[in-house]
Amino acid sequence: MRRSVLICEHDFSVDAEYQAMRAHHGADLGAIVTFVGLVRDRNTTTGDLSDVSSLTLEHYPGMTESSIEGILDKTEQRWPLLEARVIHRVGTMRPSEQIVLVAVASAHRDASFAAAEFIMDYLKTDAVFWKKEQTSQGQHWVQSSNADHLRAEHWRKVDQQD
Amino acid sequence: MSAAVTVKFFASLREEIGHGEMHLHASGVADLMQALARQLEPEQMSALQQENVRIAVNQDLMQSDVDFYDGDEVAFLPPVTGG
Repeated sequence: MRRSVLICEHDFSVDAEYQAMRAHHGADLGAIVTFVGLVRDRNTTTGDLSDVSSLTLEHYPGMTESSIEGILDKTEQRWPLLEARVIHRVGTMRPSEQIVLVAVASAHRDASFAAAEFIMDYLKTDAVFWKKEQTSQGQHWVQSSNADHLRAEHWRKVDQQD
Repeated sequence: MSAAVTVKFFASLREEIGHGEMHLHASGVADLMQALARQLEPEQMSALQQENVRIAVNQDLMQSDVDFYDGDEVAFLPPVTGG
């Protein structure tokens, strides 16, 4: 599986990534799934609906990249993929801006759909990032969500049934 | 043997401690916690000792206690919230 992991402050182009994947692979490429996560203007996870004016993402250079590589290792063991790309932004972003891109390519659509969801679920629980929200009520570090952990746990249960 | 290590704090812990990096001598985690306790306030130590705080040594999550060597990087990581 071809792969790339990029942590950057600047925005990304879904089309540029998609076209690069199309251009690299031959006619064995049958499916590309792209997922983009955006900054929301409401903090719904804590129940505090104050407006989010911006979001700041912090990372641990080196360890963050290897945490994502680890997720891609697990992904590669589960599905026959041609390529997986992850771009994760850090720094300060405003509502509606793009935060994260997951792009997966495979011969058949089922592998790409499932792998994109798997990568995204583990980015929430295993990738080394911390989010801070700036709201009209002040700023706070986002708490990790139990729902996110349950989603990652779901994949572990699937493994145990295999 | 005591080793010269760089200690890093991230996100909420960095703010709690007041800076992102300290240079200390310690032979392992227990020894490091004692060295930190000599320099930090009790509430800062409580923040570092929370159950959900993980420790990485040279960017690998620590599974069990290890001996530190000169130049090691020991990082305190609050629960991650990426994606």
